[in-house]
Amino acid sequence: MIELSQVSRSFMVGDQQVAALRGIDLSIAAGDYVSIMGPSGSGKSTLLNLIGLLDRPTSGTYRLDDGNVTDLDDEQQAKVRSNKIGFVFQAFHLVPRLTAAMNIELPLILAGIPPAERKERVMQLLENYGLADRADHRPDQLSGGQRQRVAIARATSMHPAVLLADEPTGNLDQATGKEVMNLLEQLVAQQVTLIVVTHDPAIGGRAARQLHMVDGQFIGETRRGT
Amino acid sequence: MKLIDVVNFAWGSLRGSVTRTLLMMLAMSIGVASVVVLTGLGDGARNYVINQFSSLGTNLLIVFPGRTETAGIGPGMLLGQIPREISLDDAQALLRSRAIGRIVPMTVGSSQISHDALNREVVVLGSSSEMLEVRHMSLAQGQFLPAGDIHSSESVCVLGAKIRRELFGQEPVIGAWVRLGDRRFRVIGTMASQGESMGFNTDEIVIIPVASAHMLFNTSGLFRILVEAKSRDAIEPAKHDAEEILFRRHNGERDVTVITQDAVLATFDRILRALTLAVGGIAAISLSVAGILIMNVMLIAVSQRIKEIGLLKALGAPAAQIRNLFFVEAILLSGIGSVMGLILGEIGVWVIAQIYPSLPVAAPWWAVLAALGTSLGTGILFSVWPARRAAKLDPVMALARS
Repeated sequence: MIELSQVSRSFMVGDQQVAALRGIDLSIAAGDYVSIMGPSGSGKSTLLNLIGLLDRPTSGTYRLDDGNVTDLDDEQQAKVRSNKIGFVFQAFHLVPRLTAAMNIELPLILAGIPPAERKERVMQLLENYGLADRADHRPDQLSGGQRQRVAIARATSMHPAVLLADEPTGNLDQATGKEVMNLLEQLVAQQVTLIVVTHDPAIGGRAARQLHMVDGQFIGETRRGT
Repeated sequence: MKLIDVVNFAWGSLRGSVTRTLLMMLAMSIGVASVVVLTGLGDGARNYVINQFSSLGTNLLIVFPGRTETAGIGPGMLLGQIPREISLDDAQALLRSRAIGRIVPMTVGSSQISHDALNREVVVLGSSSEMLEVRHMSLAQGQFLPAGDIHSSESVCVLGAKIRRELFGQEPVIGAWVRLGDRRFRVIGTMASQGESMGFNTDEIVIIPVASAHMLFNTSGLFRILVEAKSRDAIEPAKHDAEEILFRRHNGERDVTVITQDAVLATFDRILRALTLAVGGIAAISLSVAGILIMNVMLIAVSQRIKEIGLLKALGAPAAQIRNLFFVEAILLSGIGSVMGLILGEIGVWVIAQIYPSLPVAAPWWAVLAALGTSLGTGILFSVWPARRAAKLDPVMALARS
């Protein structure tokens, strides 16, 4: 369902062109569990941002669900993000003034879903992620693990086909990190395509398909169980 | 996204950072309030000057004996003559002009006034019943001089507020008798206290019929005639007519001077215009200060929230939606801030009015509108514009900002 061909991305740093991705070819099937590993600066986050339509490739094409999404305008991109893609960030990126329940509700509000249905979905998500008693707490009143669970609940509130996680355990201790990974992996069982970016082999090694990146290129692929 | 959700979200983000919101509203309301108060003061000063003039009466001409010539000395002066006086009949003759509405003859002298054992020196003004209206004066009690024949010398008088207080205290005054010089006058009314009006204190005079004043002071000439033209346009014809009528009655001698209130006003017109300009300048300066204040606060506030804009985009909000959110937020913020400022400004104006009751402080409507327009305009412009720019960024750029 995700098809990247010859995708490059370069940034201007000062007056120098720096290539973050060099001619990436990648294809990921629906329901895959993929991890992208590599040292910092290898371009793995840039790749994830491109897949999530948070960034645009300098060259190359990107097809999502058999549609070319490389050159969509802002509004069309927003629609794709809203309906198909969920994000989990390392820094959680919760809105500090909103309660846990309201943070989860945010994508639903932006998508214009009627209040009654919103309420129902949010209740369900709070329940699923064990946050029912934290619904009215603001992010600064939650622990790291709870915050990331709110972020995962928010990312899944629109039932996305693809879930993108950028160092989801980076700000968490090991036990909590494992807990969060378990939650994400449960989604794979529900046919969600999960792509995790990490520099931690212990986290990346859990994926069925592991891609290794250095300097904006893939240098190898490992499959679990093969 | 539904409108109610947009409003809720915008309201939520205002309430989410109370300090920032309050500071922005403070900036906005101080801007609006300063415009309201400053222009209120400026316009009050201007109106004060105008009121001083209109308290003299409107469309007035003043006729007085003698002629000020700058072209040498008249023949009469060499012979030691004083100018011919203006008689009551001269005054009445002025009414023949179609441009002239009412006339008020005036004779002024000073005399001893006494009641029981109390006495003092007063200015005695001989006049007619029209004076009350022409000079825009008001009575406290009783009635003014009786209308009717201008030549009848009834022994009645109207007391100024201070004279009444000094001679009678709390005693009833209507119908009482006072002595002026060697004659007795019955008090038929008292004037309301008006204070000084263009250097003429109406609180310390006694008004009697002009014919009585002539008998009291043993004269027959008038000190002044106040002539009221029928309209503003009739002022010039009235002046011309008055000069011609008196020219003929005085055997072809131009020995009176007629000045118009307009001539006096024209001098002050420049002052008034300067005052108006000053008010406008004050308004413009306070408006731009308010505008810049609001602009800065808004720019800082939005740049602090670029990350939030990136997040909203990542969660599936298109740029147009983000613009809407910030637009509604700016309207809420600017609206509340402006109304607060307006209330604050009106309170300020009220306080000044309490401290200086004689100054008619009130912000002119155009200044209030301009203040509201500026604060709403700059508030919306400088929150929507940077938000628009942030919304155009790719989300990853916006998210990376901290």
